[in-house]
Amino acid sequence: MTEQVSDNATKRKPAVEKIRCDACPVMCYIADGRSGACDRYANQGGELVRLDPLTILENRIEGGGKVVPFLDGEDDADPWQGDVLADGETFITAVGAGTTYPDYKPAPFIVSSEIDGVDMITVVTEGIFSYCGVKVKIDTDRHLGPERNLVRVDGEPIGHVTTGEYGSQMLSIGGVHHLTGGGKKEGRVTCASMLALCNREAVELTIDDGCSVIVQAGQPPIINGVLENRMRVGCGSATIGMFASQWRGLVDEVVVVDDHITGVVSEHQAGKVIGWPETGIRINGRKSTPGRYFQVAEPGTGWGGTDLQDPLKILEPFNAKIARPGQSMLMVSTTGEQSAYYVLDDDLQPVQRDLPETLVGSVERITENCEPAMCSVLFMGGAGGSLRSGVTENPVRLTRSVKNMLTVITVGGAPCYVWPGGGITVMADVTRMPENAFGYVPTPALVAPIEFTMRRSDYQALGGHMDHVMPLGDALKGGLGPQNDHILGGRTKAMHRPENPWPSDRRHYGWNREDTAG
Amino acid sequence: MRAGATTFQDDGPIAALISDGRRLHLQHGPIDLIIEAEGARDEVLAAYRQARKRFRTVLVELVDELAMLRLGVDRDVAPTGDIAKRMKAAALPFADDFITPMAAVAGAVADEVLASLIVGRRLSRAFVNNGGDIAFHLGAGERYVAALVGDPVVGRVAGRATVSAENAIRGIATSGRHGRSHSLGIADAVTVLAGNAADADAAATMIANAVDLPTSPKIERAPARALYPDSDLGDRLVTTGVRDLEKNEIDAALDAGYRYAMKARDRGLIEAAFLSLATSTRVLGDAMDQTRIEFETELETTG
Repeated sequence: MTEQVSDNATKRKPAVEKIRCDACPVMCYIADGRSGACDRYANQGGELVRLDPLTILENRIEGGGKVVPFLDGEDDADPWQGDVLADGETFITAVGAGTTYPDYKPAPFIVSSEIDGVDMITVVTEGIFSYCGVKVKIDTDRHLGPERNLVRVDGEPIGHVTTGEYGSQMLSIGGVHHLTGGGKKEGRVTCASMLALCNREAVELTIDDGCSVIVQAGQPPIINGVLENRMRVGCGSATIGMFASQWRGLVDEVVVVDDHITGVVSEHQAGKVIGWPETGIRINGRKSTPGRYFQVAEPGTGWGGTDLQDPLKILEPFNAKIARPGQSMLMVSTTGEQSAYYVLDDDLQPVQRDLPETLVGSVERITENCEPAMCSVLFMGGAGGSLRSGVTENPVRLTRSVKNMLTVITVGGAPCYVWPGGGITVMADVTRMPENAFGYVPTPALVAPIEFTMRRSDYQALGGHMDHVMPLGDALKGGLGPQNDHILGGRTKAMHRPENPWPSDRRHYGWNREDTAG
Repeated sequence: MRAGATTFQDDGPIAALISDGRRLHLQHGPIDLIIEAEGARDEVLAAYRQARKRFRTVLVELVDELAMLRLGVDRDVAPTGDIAKRMKAAALPFADDFITPMAAVAGAVADEVLASLIVGRRLSRAFVNNGGDIAFHLGAGERYVAALVGDPVVGRVAGRATVSAENAIRGIATSGRHGRSHSLGIADAVTVLAGNAADADAAATMIANAVDLPTSPKIERAPARALYPDSDLGDRLVTTGVRDLEKNEIDAALDAGYRYAMKARDRGLIEAAFLSLATSTRVLGDAMDQTRIEFETELETTG
């Protein structure tokens, strides 16, 4: 995957090849400069591109139906109710809008619409971000590599391991130094990797003195070829701590099997404080503190990240002075994915029995608390002077307008966090944007969609390009402003993601608070 | 400017009501359907569910037999899919000339989805519009008015055709050199009204092919495969450009198409046709007005 990605960004293939489109089952062969049967995908210089660049978000009537996957709702019990798009609730995103860089012309689309009686303006442009990066959060407790070590693609440094967070490892990718401060190949590979990550493709990263990890936004990480399924709720010891009181009185012993720290409730501090009696259990592992054991087995894909298929292998014979026949024991992995229940026979040998109903709930709760492991990819970039001048003749006023909550920024319609302090530095989750929202220029730099929405009066006040404003309806019909000399291949409609706030919702704006307060 | 991603995943079929809340949009790959059913709300919704369910596998059924469907209709191979059968049946009457079942693919999909939409439902009217090729259902006493496009480049409406329930017309299709598929002829648009959309689609394709000036140097052509490597038209020359034509050239081309359309009507393959080239038009309705198709045209028409 990685190889493919960087190949595309780094090499201009001779423009003769016809390519096979894999966007739908028809699998068209497409000649260079032509489009497939659908007129949606085309071959541009040997590269498959979408022809419908301008993405328009359509909002849904509240409660009128969540996004319903096509295959759902075919049974009579839960029939499909129709996914209704609200009339007129339309927002042009900057995906595919193009940019007027570096001409310092007004942004390609400056559209006006009336929302709840308020005249709103949205400035729609694609920004060229030479200063930008990608923050990656990988849900895993595995050691991916030492902090500060380089992250590489194709051997080129594209970022580094940064401070780990709870249950997750963090990578910082891209940035101006890798893009333009290093070698040419470093810049190209960095740009291609960021582009792929932001467009939610899988990228294989290697970390110096660490792992190889395949990262794809919204997908579980694949670390050294092994898919990470779930985040642990905690290590075996932590799990004992969380659930000891729920097990009390239901079972005589609980062992939480974990590759990192295996926990034993009768010995653990969490058991002691609630008066858990001894059981005579003996664990074959390196004891850390009471009830906590390192290295009970080798790492693997069995119980709790160990190589164990049979958890009894970590036990030594019970201490006959303490243990008694009939004594019960629950063994469970840290993710609750494996569990087994045993009762000691007359020779104090554990014999497996069905898990009693009373314990099923606690095992399920462990699983419930282990969230699916995911890779999160956040685009982070700063809106530079030329981008801002596409919005206003006086760029600093845009910064102030954003800081004063008069202007709301969205990235491809997705909400973003605006950093405090100078400039306009934003961070946004790429999974909340339409597909393939990002592009690149050979500089190299990333091209990201960005929209600024504000009241007409506020746009005027910040020195907006008022003579380039067009009504939303005209833009939807295909109208272009005089500043826009780009040929748009078409437009595409994207469902508004219900988790995203609607950009022109008055609740985002400082003036709304004034209004309601006054 | 924009870098294409290296691969695009097939998102599978998509179904959604569009913004007016009345119409259903179904899309998968190159198939793009706009559907409207009229009747009681629960009947409409039930109909939409039926159409949506049928649509799930439409594209993959076609793709399964795609290689065969791209062969000349005279080949002795029998399609297995219901849509493929509709395509072949619609193309077969034109087998004296070169035609493949693909000439009727859009109409056949519209017919099939319409059939699933209306089965067991009480609807006054229903339409399945597959990129301009429309299959429709009319309850007793209902009428359907279709706009006829005279010039697809500027989207000018040249007239309207009104179909009533008593007419044996349940399909309408348009073909020409500006559409998604390539044309062997030079017609800007040929719209055909027939018993179903597949028949209309195949006929519109063939009539549009017949609107031609085979030896004129003003027509630019290229092998279909050079434009679309998978084309069912193979190395046949398709129209890529038409330079300014004289009035007599326009008339000659339209007359050729009109004669072809008349033959099709006389064989009972179509009910009516509307041909347009360079803002000139021909209308082939029923001279005796038995079909009660009303054409109102805003442009000068003859024939």
